[in-house]
Amino acid sequence: MLRLERRPSPSKVWSYITPLVAVVATMIAGGLLFYVLGKNPIEAIRTIFWDPLFGEFASYSRPQLLVKAGPLILIATGLALGFKAGIWNIGAEGQYIVGAICGAAVALAFYPMEAWFIFPLMIICGALGGMAWAMIPAFLKVRFGTNEILVSLMLVYVAEQLLAAMSLGLLKNPEGFGFPGSRNLQHYPSAFNAEVFAGTGMHWGVVAALIAVIMAYIMLGRHVLGFQIRLTGEAPRAAGFAGVNTARLVMICLGLSGALAGLAGMFEVAGPAGQVSIDFNVGYGFTAIIVAFLGRLNPLGILLAGLLMALTYIGGELAQLTLGLPSAAIQVFQGMLLFFLLAVDMLTNFRIRFGKKEAV
Amino acid sequence: MDLSAINPVLLIASLMVAATPIMLAAIGELVAEKAGVLNLGVEGMMIIGAIAGFATAVETGSPVFGFVIAAVAGAALSFLFVILTQYALANQVASGLALTLFGLGLSALMGQSYVGIKPPSTPHVNLGFISELPVVGPILFSHDFMVYVGILLIAATWATLKYTRVGLILRAVGENHDAAHALGYKVIRVRIIAIMFGGACSGLGGAYISLIRVPQWTEGMTAGAGWIALALVVFASWKPWRLLIGAYIFGGITVLQLNAQAAGARIPVEYLSMSPYLITILVLVFMSADRSRAPASLGRIFHASN
Repeated sequence: MLRLERRPSPSKVWSYITPLVAVVATMIAGGLLFYVLGKNPIEAIRTIFWDPLFGEFASYSRPQLLVKAGPLILIATGLALGFKAGIWNIGAEGQYIVGAICGAAVALAFYPMEAWFIFPLMIICGALGGMAWAMIPAFLKVRFGTNEILVSLMLVYVAEQLLAAMSLGLLKNPEGFGFPGSRNLQHYPSAFNAEVFAGTGMHWGVVAALIAVIMAYIMLGRHVLGFQIRLTGEAPRAAGFAGVNTARLVMICLGLSGALAGLAGMFEVAGPAGQVSIDFNVGYGFTAIIVAFLGRLNPLGILLAGLLMALTYIGGELAQLTLGLPSAAIQVFQGMLLFFLLAVDMLTNFRIRFGKKEAV
Repeated sequence: MDLSAINPVLLIASLMVAATPIMLAAIGELVAEKAGVLNLGVEGMMIIGAIAGFATAVETGSPVFGFVIAAVAGAALSFLFVILTQYALANQVASGLALTLFGLGLSALMGQSYVGIKPPSTPHVNLGFISELPVVGPILFSHDFMVYVGILLIAATWATLKYTRVGLILRAVGENHDAAHALGYKVIRVRIIAIMFGGACSGLGGAYISLIRVPQWTEGMTAGAGWIALALVVFASWKPWRLLIGAYIFGGITVLQLNAQAAGARIPVEYLSMSPYLITILVLVFMSADRSRAPASLGRIFHASN
């Protein structure tokens, strides 16, 4: 008979191995799924994980890796801070949208003026917008004890409606022949989030993501705030006795993750997406939750996890083109990854023992 | 805006229809939470129920069979949550999110060939002259059968939790799982049953959206109904009858908002569409002052060795 036995302390080795086990398990289960859909599983897996990097069209798809990974890493880093402390911001998608709207609104307000300060101002406003959106659940939790999970999620739907209202109303392109959507910021040099090195896909959002990862890593390991976050997550009562101000921590964690999600949205709208439109958001805010867990809530892990997840996006698009794999299949694939992660995570805290329990 | 275009009798009749999907999902979640399990996967289970019920009803031509399969599909998906939280002892919040993300993807995959099809219509109850009574007839006696199933489920849940031994054990497990374990109750087994009951109810709620309320299949059509159901459980302070009231208030707001859109209110449609979500937040704020009603072991992991 199988039996679980708690380890005296979490296993270091297993905490590194489990994400790999989960990825392999997902590949196997995903292969089965693709087989059921009538595709050659090995070919499908190769198309998703190998071809975007080393295949025929790799020179086109490799830069896309950074474009997709940037927002995922940026959002997931912020989310991980909260998740570590047991503060569940799952409305990053909404904060991402509001950040994009705020950033784009600044640019459109100055259009067609050319000035150096427009892009920095957009960055600030994008971050503030996302932060403000995340401060709603933070404030309600601190003041009224409202569940932040439900409030932040409800605000995603509100933000989606706001996005529709903006792209049909206030921010609509006056020269757009009545089509919904704002002016294209890619044609507005002062606001365009251009690539730092041409042809690499590395735009300023990717730079921001790298900075965020480094800052978060230092903060969690070296700063007292990081200590408080970890303490609150692992032993809330002990944190209380140690004098951690929980209300402040909730505000900081939600505010930071909101600001980072807002930044991601702003860089996206000013760069790869180019304009505020009804279908601007593509679910990065939700996928980032998977990224955060895949990276074991560790900033460096998130960096790798973000790249891997970006790979599944690009590989998924490629598989859609070459194999006719439905786009929803990739969504299922990503969902499965989170399942396997959570399932094998047990191995870090528990040992599996065979046989009956001996008498004490 | 022309308010006279809104007919109060039809409004009440249609709010009962609008309330039914979230009511069904919420009563299932209430039972799971009473057993101490916080399952955030309601949205995922609902949408799986929506497509499973829709596909079955289209293929077989029987909406009733569609609802049965929807319940089975919802319960089947919730079994993944069981494996994660009860056997692999994973975090319930994360597992629930995983269930929702996975369910949304899987439903989109399953539903590809069902976009743009009309499902067979569900017959309405016809009690002859009683259904034709003015005012009372359309409000109480001429709905589809699921409206009554929803109300019956609430009554049954209330009676079971309050008056039966099973209900007592369920509540004991939710309030203090260590004590329940010490008394010899099978904590894990009780929770598994509660979770799967929740999954089945969510599946029914989802199928109600795709088969009756809309009736059509579109990707992500539950549009947050599962999350609203979760909020509804908090609103109801974990009491079945208050769930009914809450669902009707919520259904009323949804219907009013739709009526205002149809009557040509000056406010843009997008802002009106925000209202159900904003109201949910508002309600949560008012209700969260009183946390004492929440089952004490809610969201905590049980492992017999501890």
